[in-house]
Amino acid sequence: MKRILVGIKRVVDYNVRVRVKPDGTGVMTDGVKMSINPFDEIALEEALRIKEKGGAEEVVVLSIGSTDCQQQLRTALAMGADRALHVQTAATLEPLVVAKIFTKLLDREQAFLCIVGKQAIDDDCNQVGQMIAALWDRPQAMFASKVEINGDKATVTREVDAGLEVLEIDLPAVISSDLRLNEPRYVKLPDIMKAKKKPLETLDPAALGVELKVTGKITRFESPPQRTKGVMVKSAQELIDALKARGVLA
Amino acid sequence: MSKILIIAEHNGITLHPNTAKCVACATGIAGAEIHVGVFAADGAAIAAQAAKLAGVARVRVVNNPANAHALAAVIAPQVVALAAGYSHVFGASSTFGKDLTPRVAALLGVGQLSDIMVAINATTFRRPIYAGNAIVTVEVPANETMVATVRTASFQPVEESGSAAVENVALDAKIPTHTRFVSVSAAKAGRPDLATAARVVSGGRALGSAENFNILYKLADKLSAGVGASRAAVDAGYAANDMQVGQTGKIIAPELYMAFGISGAIQHLTGIKDARTIVAVNKDSEAPIFEIADIGLVGDLFQIVPELEKLLS
Ligand SMILES: Cc1cc2nc3c(=O)[nH]c(=O)nc-3n(C[C@H](O)[C@H](O)[C@H](O)COP(=O)(O)OP(=O)(O)OC[C@H]3O[C@@H](n4cnc5c(N)ncnc54)[C@H](O)[C@@H]3O)c2cc1C
Ligand SMILES: Nc1ncnc2c1ncn2[C@@H]1O[C@H](COP(=O)(O)O)[C@@H](O)[C@H]1O
Repeated sequence: MKRILVGIKRVVDYNVRVRVKPDGTGVMTDGVKMSINPFDEIALEEALRIKEKGGAEEVVVLSIGSTDCQQQLRTALAMGADRALHVQTAATLEPLVVAKIFTKLLDREQAFLCIVGKQAIDDDCNQVGQMIAALWDRPQAMFASKVEINGDKATVTREVDAGLEVLEIDLPAVISSDLRLNEPRYVKLPDIMKAKKKPLETLDPAALGVELKVTGKITRFESPPQRTKGVMVKSAQELIDALKARGVLA
Repeated sequence: MSKILIIAEHNGITLHPNTAKCVACATGIAGAEIHVGVFAADGAAIAAQAAKLAGVARVRVVNNPANAHALAAVIAPQVVALAAGYSHVFGASSTFGKDLTPRVAALLGVGQLSDIMVAINATTFRRPIYAGNAIVTVEVPANETMVATVRTASFQPVEESGSAAVENVALDAKIPTHTRFVSVSAAKAGRPDLATAARVVSGGRALGSAENFNILYKLADKLSAGVGASRAAVDAGYAANDMQVGQTGKIIAPELYMAFGISGAIQHLTGIKDARTIVAVNKDSEAPIFEIADIGLVGDLFQIVPELEKLLS
């Protein structure tokens, strides 16, 4: 079966303004809205489109984390994923560990494609896709804005600093989604009902043989230095004068 | 003692200023010996530029025709082969570095720190999370290779006053053929690079069309500025993808940043927090961008931009 594995991370919603706890031990997450990482919705949408065009037969979503991740997996199933895997752990997860779990499951599922988000908007790491590709010993096409599957190859357009880069890669491979890859579909109510009946398998990281090692120990959380509100001017001329006064314009 | 390998970023002809910024970050680690690794088809010219960077002790050049294009899957095994004996491996937080460095880390079997803002010492670093809404101090073990990307907006390039030794290195690395370069969009001539420009003029959704962006280009020409955009402007097709400034676009630190018709979403502000002076022009006096702007002007950009351009003529 031609299968795509997609990463679904549960993160603080992008609209929430995250604040550091006054004692510097973490950020305040109690009661804040949680969502699927926005890049992962894009990753899933792309997988679904590939399947709808006949390029794949099954889309499997994977989330690693607390029991609450099942909410995001249910949303992913409602969007159209066929099956969900939940690797359950309350441990702190670093990208290398996440990538090791992905690699185990890519092998188990015999997937020909893995699509993850380019970056999780909580840790802002931008690492997991690249690490999966390294451990799996397969090609990577990160920051994708266009994906075309042609048999056992894919042509991927990537958003790079210089503009757009096009790569041809052999499959299996790992792709990470950038913002302009697609616009994810909305979930409809009947799909939410149907999603409740789709299979969701819970797995134990120890059973996969992956050690949940933490190498980077966070010793302190701080708020960033705040920029203060400056002056308001009333006209273009005053704006130029203010820039000159600051020494920005000669 | 720390021995740091910095992966040079280049286009085959010139060394990118990001490399000099990585060196600046590495010099924060007291007593470190800093080397630059150049992976190229023919790296001699790049190496000569890297050898001038103050603080660099040695430049190590790996020539291979496969390195004509910077493919992470091709370069990573070579970096791993060169990395033996180093305590740290640094790349820049550019798309080149972000693509390559995590692959290197995973091949070495170690984690990576992304976007380091400060190297406090050889094992203690600071980096932003949650779109820069929190800064964390991270301690990494001393007995593992430490792989990281350097947040280039946090550093000034080092001077070009050095004269490091240059050596060619032959490596025994298995280079895959599963990844092939097809094309890259041509470099834009004439305008300062957004990532390194001293001045940046940026437009948001309010511009309304790609055509209307021309008024910003004209203003930018008067200021010798690079041109940026919000995600909304890029998504709508008013500006090219590589012009996006923000959490998931380019993080920049120009002397002057001028935002026209940009509301100031968290994700956008993350990209400009390190700018020396921020100017905001928006018709909504309540727009969040005014909370962080050094100079704000409430008004219609379609009137103000041409006025500014005229005043600067
Ligand atoms: C995962 C994720 C990542 C993101 N990454 C980024 C990123 O990297 N960069 C980024 O920018 N955004 C990013 N965003 C999007 C961000 O949340 C905002 O949606 C976006 O920045 C809004 O762009 P804008 O300010 O141009 O548009 P709007 O928010 O629509 O603001 C337009 C502004 O123009 C003003 N205006 C309208 N007409 C005029 C006029 N004639 N003259 C003057 N002012 C006028 C309005 O008052 C308004 O303030 C991201 C979002 C997500 C979910
Ligand atoms: N705990 C997780 N569970 C599922 N997918 C994840 C997890 N962590 C990261 N990913 C995937 O990896 C991508 C990049 O994450 P990161 O490297 O942490 O920025 C995310 O967009 C997800 O697709």
